[in-house]
Amino acid sequence: MATTSIQVNETPLVLYLLRRADDALILGHRLSEWIGLGPILEEEMALGNIGLDLIGQARSLYAYAAEAEAAGNDEDKFAYLRDAPQYRNLLLAEQPNGDFGQTMVRQLFYSAFADLYWRAMTESHDATLAAIAAKSEKESAYHLRHSSEWVIRLGDGTEESHARVQEAVDLLWPYTGEMFECDATERTLVDGRTIIDPATLRDAWDHTINAVLSRATLTRPKNPWMQGGGRAGRHSEHLGHLLSTMQHVQRTYPGAAW
Amino acid sequence: MYTQGLSNPDAPAPAKAVEDAGLAARFQDRVDAEERIEANDWMPEAYRRTLTRQISQHAHSEIIGMLPEGNWVTRAPTLRRKATLLAKVQDEAGHGLYLYAAAETLGRSREEMFDDLLSGKAKYSSIFNYPTLTWADMGAIGWLVDGAAIMNQIPLCRCSYGPYARAMIRVCKEESFHQRQGYEIMVALCRGTPEQKAMAQDALDRWYWPCLMMFGPPDGDSTHSDQSTRWKIKRFSNDELRQKFLDALVPQAEYLGLTLPDPGLRFEPGAGDAVKDGAMKDGVRGHWRHGPINWDEFRQVLAGNGPCNRERISARRRAHKDGAWVREAAAAYAAKQAKQKRAA
Ligand SMILES: [Fe+2]
Ligand SMILES: [Fe+2]
Ligand SMILES: [Fe+2]
Repeated sequence: MATTSIQVNETPLVLYLLRRADDALILGHRLSEWIGLGPILEEEMALGNIGLDLIGQARSLYAYAAEAEAAGNDEDKFAYLRDAPQYRNLLLAEQPNGDFGQTMVRQLFYSAFADLYWRAMTESHDATLAAIAAKSEKESAYHLRHSSEWVIRLGDGTEESHARVQEAVDLLWPYTGEMFECDATERTLVDGRTIIDPATLRDAWDHTINAVLSRATLTRPKNPWMQGGGRAGRHSEHLGHLLSTMQHVQRTYPGAAW
Repeated sequence: MYTQGLSNPDAPAPAKAVEDAGLAARFQDRVDAEERIEANDWMPEAYRRTLTRQISQHAHSEIIGMLPEGNWVTRAPTLRRKATLLAKVQDEAGHGLYLYAAAETLGRSREEMFDDLLSGKAKYSSIFNYPTLTWADMGAIGWLVDGAAIMNQIPLCRCSYGPYARAMIRVCKEESFHQRQGYEIMVALCRGTPEQKAMAQDALDRWYWPCLMMFGPPDGDSTHSDQSTRWKIKRFSNDELRQKFLDALVPQAEYLGLTLPDPGLRFEPGAGDAVKDGAMKDGVRGHWRHGPINWDEFRQVLAGNGPCNRERISARRRAHKDGAWVREAAAAYAAKQAKQKRAA
């Protein structure tokens, strides 16, 4: 008997919190997949540390979602007992690690956004969110610095590393647009000053990314086409596999406490 | 422990007679006086070689030890367990790094030592050649493997070689935290459903004997103990440490309601056990005695025939090979930057 998935009453605030928590959890999980595979020990540790920060952010956001929903769900039910279509994360976060360059490009794209986003969110009129933002902002600044440094090193390293990291930039580029989306649900929270409109961060993100790509001697892709769907639960093929691993124990032993 | 006195004894170094007898005597006096030997101090070549081998094997064990637990990070059953396990594996990487740094003070580079690991020339603890098959193994490893590591490493905090002793002080604090976390996983399983309890018992059944073997061969067979004892690298014999471990383990297993898979296990009362109260002195307390250890299994695992020896090393080799382009790129970038700086 498998445990059935939970139902979530997605009020605008709950939906918003799950989206941001899912980004952090899924990306953190991806980084944790690097254990034992890093190119050098220090990097294996750095990837694990970033992963830990993200999992920590996810837990704070899920805890707040549980409180806001007040329906008996908790961080583990949100993480382990929702199926892929109930997950609300960015497609970018669930993309596979690929090689080290691809992982670093994914991190750069996300962290360049998260750094701006959480800094702006420290002004939220919601005190809980402002506090989560203050902690996440500090962590994201380090994630951005670390991933930028690596993208620059790899882009301006050897011919091989340049080619690999350019390929990663091209591969992941179409998943960057989704970060700036703000649908009607989130709009109501923007109006109440609970959250900020991510579209307002677009120019600053472009500025950061252009600077890093240029120092890395990499080319910014021209194709403006962007993939979307993650926020509404329409994911890439990759998420189901990730969840089947992550949720395996919880789903196999329904109702057990760990 | 993580070193198990495994390698063949060092071949007697040539021209040792040339080593200044006066320096050697002064060195032993310092050791006897419990002074710490530092990297730049004079030391006998054999002391340097023994320590380099022991510390690098310990470092390798930390690094290989990340793999069996890394196997469950993506499947940890709650977010709290996932974060704690990931942090633990990070700590082990950190231990590996301090230990490589401590070994480097003796003159070998981390790269050389790491190459010896990848080539199969260097050894690491036999325990990491066993598979982690269920979530309960994360509990059993923390409780038993980290627990055994602590027994061994606490005395190493007083090792005569300063850099190793200091690394051990830092490492031991984290290892005891790991042990508590592991035990806490076991407590949760043993208070859980019958399936969870069976999972915990199965993990104990599989890890008990390999953990007893972690302390290395019985005292009669150990090749370098005497010299290491004189040098105050080793403070307790393999059997003494194994005994301390077992004496601590039995009541912990009992508290969990688990059975040690050892039909020969028995309590041997000491003279003091008859005394109801009053301070017990060392040597009067009784001891738990384990049944016969299958040393043939231990030798097989050391010889490379454990269930996971090949996998563990090939995983590290693959990671090293797959990361070559990253290391090359970092070096090329650093060289370009240095060149630019010189030109500026
Ligand atoms: Fe360790
Ligand atoms: Fe250790
Ligand atoms: Fe440990």
